[in-house]
Amino acid sequence: MKKALLIAAALTVTGTASAAGKLEIFSWWSGDEGPALDALVKLYKQRYPTVAVDNATVSGGAGTNAKAVLKTRMLGGTPPDSFQVHAGQELIGTWVVANRMEDLSGLFKSEGWDKAFPKDVIGLLSAKGGIWSVPVNVHRSNVMWYNPAKLKAWGVTAPKTWAEFLTTCNTLKAKGVAAPLVVGENWTQQHLWESVMIGTLGAQGWQNLWTGKTKFTDPKVVQGFTTFGRVMDCANKDASGLSWQQASDRIADGTSAFNIMGDWAAGYFTTTKKLQPNTGFGFTPSPGTSGTFVMLADSFGLPKGAKNRTEALNWLRLMGSKAGQDAFNPLKGSIAARTDSDLSKYNTYSRSAAADWKRNKIVGSLVHGAVAPESFMSAFGAVIDQFVASKNAQGAAAAAQQLATRSGIGQ
Amino acid sequence: MKGLSRDRLWSIAVLLPSILLLAVFVYGFIARTVYVSLTDWGNDPAQALALDPIIRWVGLANYQELFTGFLQGRFRQELVNTIFFTLFFILGCLGLGLGLALVLDRNPRGEGLWRTIFLFPMSLSFIVTGTIWRWMLQPQGGVNQFPNAVGLPAGQFSWLSSTDAVWKFDWNALPLITASVVGLVLILLAVRAARAGDRTRAIVSGLCAALLLGWALFIGPNVRLLPAPELHGFNLALIGIIIAAVWQMSGYTMALYLAGLRGIPEELREAAKVDGASDFGMYRHVIFPLLAPITLSAMIILGHISLKIFDLVYAMTGPDNTYTSVPALNMYLTSFRQNQFALGAAIGTILLILVAFVIVPYLTSSFRGEEGHA
Repeated sequence: MKKALLIAAALTVTGTASAAGKLEIFSWWSGDEGPALDALVKLYKQRYPTVAVDNATVSGGAGTNAKAVLKTRMLGGTPPDSFQVHAGQELIGTWVVANRMEDLSGLFKSEGWDKAFPKDVIGLLSAKGGIWSVPVNVHRSNVMWYNPAKLKAWGVTAPKTWAEFLTTCNTLKAKGVAAPLVVGENWTQQHLWESVMIGTLGAQGWQNLWTGKTKFTDPKVVQGFTTFGRVMDCANKDASGLSWQQASDRIADGTSAFNIMGDWAAGYFTTTKKLQPNTGFGFTPSPGTSGTFVMLADSFGLPKGAKNRTEALNWLRLMGSKAGQDAFNPLKGSIAARTDSDLSKYNTYSRSAAADWKRNKIVGSLVHGAVAPESFMSAFGAVIDQFVASKNAQGAAAAAQQLATRSGIGQ
Repeated sequence: MKGLSRDRLWSIAVLLPSILLLAVFVYGFIARTVYVSLTDWGNDPAQALALDPIIRWVGLANYQELFTGFLQGRFRQELVNTIFFTLFFILGCLGLGLGLALVLDRNPRGEGLWRTIFLFPMSLSFIVTGTIWRWMLQPQGGVNQFPNAVGLPAGQFSWLSSTDAVWKFDWNALPLITASVVGLVLILLAVRAARAGDRTRAIVSGLCAALLLGWALFIGPNVRLLPAPELHGFNLALIGIIIAAVWQMSGYTMALYLAGLRGIPEELREAAKVDGASDFGMYRHVIFPLLAPITLSAMIILGHISLKIFDLVYAMTGPDNTYTSVPALNMYLTSFRQNQFALGAAIGTILLILVAFVIVPYLTSSFRGEEGHA
């Protein structure tokens, strides 16, 4: 008994001695994404062995659950030391406007990140004279996936513009393909809308939409809605019952010809479905967007009132470093936000995406939180649903404009 | 000195904690929610999550927004969904539950086993039920594959993802429809009262009905809630959800009805038989009237479940499918994803009022009943 007590006492003493600092990291990376986060934590522990890292993961796709927990904690006055958020307006429109985040411009300057990250990305992370989060990875949203063997059999090629897409769609329908395009539940339809809109407006036109230079009621945007409606006519009717994986399955098994999805689909095709890029599945920028990289990124920010500010800053420093990003991204299936990453660590698809990342014009994704705050995005889903049912482009554009005004876009 | 007796002090001491907790965590929070619903908290994103938000009083603006706002079509569809869902859910549960109870009441073999089997779904949570039924109602699998087993082509009905609707009506006609329905009910009441010889009651209801119907005929058509027509109807995708909900809860109504049937004294049945009642006649004139109170309490329980349903819909069609959405889901999304706390509170308050419509009449009648017995 005495011995046990002694051991316990010794343990507590060493425990407190070694934990000179503490760091709590809040994210929604669990399951498949867990190992990537673990790699980062391991690296952090190598550099700062005295710090006890508390991995506070709240699982749930796209962070729906984590965001609700985060809100409770922030409003309750116990923010985590650093938390995951989609880079861009999702953070800015929610937490930065509420004056709850620390400006990280100093960190960007001292680490030389102004040059390591593409200029367009810094632009997306900036607002109100500050830079608000450190992007650790990048995904591309505007990719069109197809089944090369099937396209050959049908005698069509991957279309380059949306007009061409509609012709291809008619050809395929004539050949008995019921749904040339496959879409899934609501957010994947928004995802498609975004690609159609960028393909219609162009990269600059898309950016103008979010700075308020172009209104949603602009004839060009209405035209984009009309095109989206025609594109949806090419799609499957059971969309809202499908997850994005089930939608991707229909490309793999050749029931549908095309699918617009982010590049996590590459991971799904190669890892889960055991398909080879370029033979088992094909990819190309979505129609009208070649030369444009529609990005979304996971990033970490520093909330005001974080208990372990120094440790959190060290964490951010690691996430933005070349070593950190190259440890994380090959495991996560994304590419590094830095332009100087070690491409030998990545697979075929990621290498092609990384090459585009350096060359292309970069714009932010709507549905993944880069260009619009949550208040817009979440309600915009209903606008898309209503549009798909009514096909009233004018009405949808007017509703979107009202939403934009309400969410303070372009102010 | 009754007020200070030991028993009394004890009872107060024992009850006090729960009374306090109820006062704060139920009634206090209801009051707080109603207050928030009358403010603009969250309408300005910069103030929504600020450390010390500026919150202004805006009166009923949030409610006006919900019922007539251009952007809130989703909420209106949800109200219509709720009404259809409640209707079919209650009818389904009552019908199936009564049917099962009648079968079991004839003492079939293995009755205990059947009872357990039918009651079993109730022990699951709606999340589990929803997940199971979502698998079964997949467009290319489950139920749609059944015809394959007998060599027929697979079914094509998209149970949970259909976007078609039937019985569509224009939201602008809502005041008209409501006034007409209430007016007709009042006329019915007036006729009944007149038959029963209650003259004042008949006259009052008759006058109210005339007023309402007059309004519906002459002023109603000119009231326009929305600038453009907005069609709402019964979305076919709801059928899948209703099936799952009925599957889950009909065992419960079966148990209620079975208890009721067993509670009917054998003498009554025998008396009816002696009087020459056929089987059907006995059910029609003796047994069903005795089951009426059970039907009422089952309707109350099922009614409030269906009005506040959230998890089943979330599990079956996800939070973002506006065709099958319900107000509780929208309340969650509005408050915790869009950070529009005031608007979310307004939806919550509307839900509370809807549930109150079901519960309060029941409570008053049962209170009265208790007093009558005392």
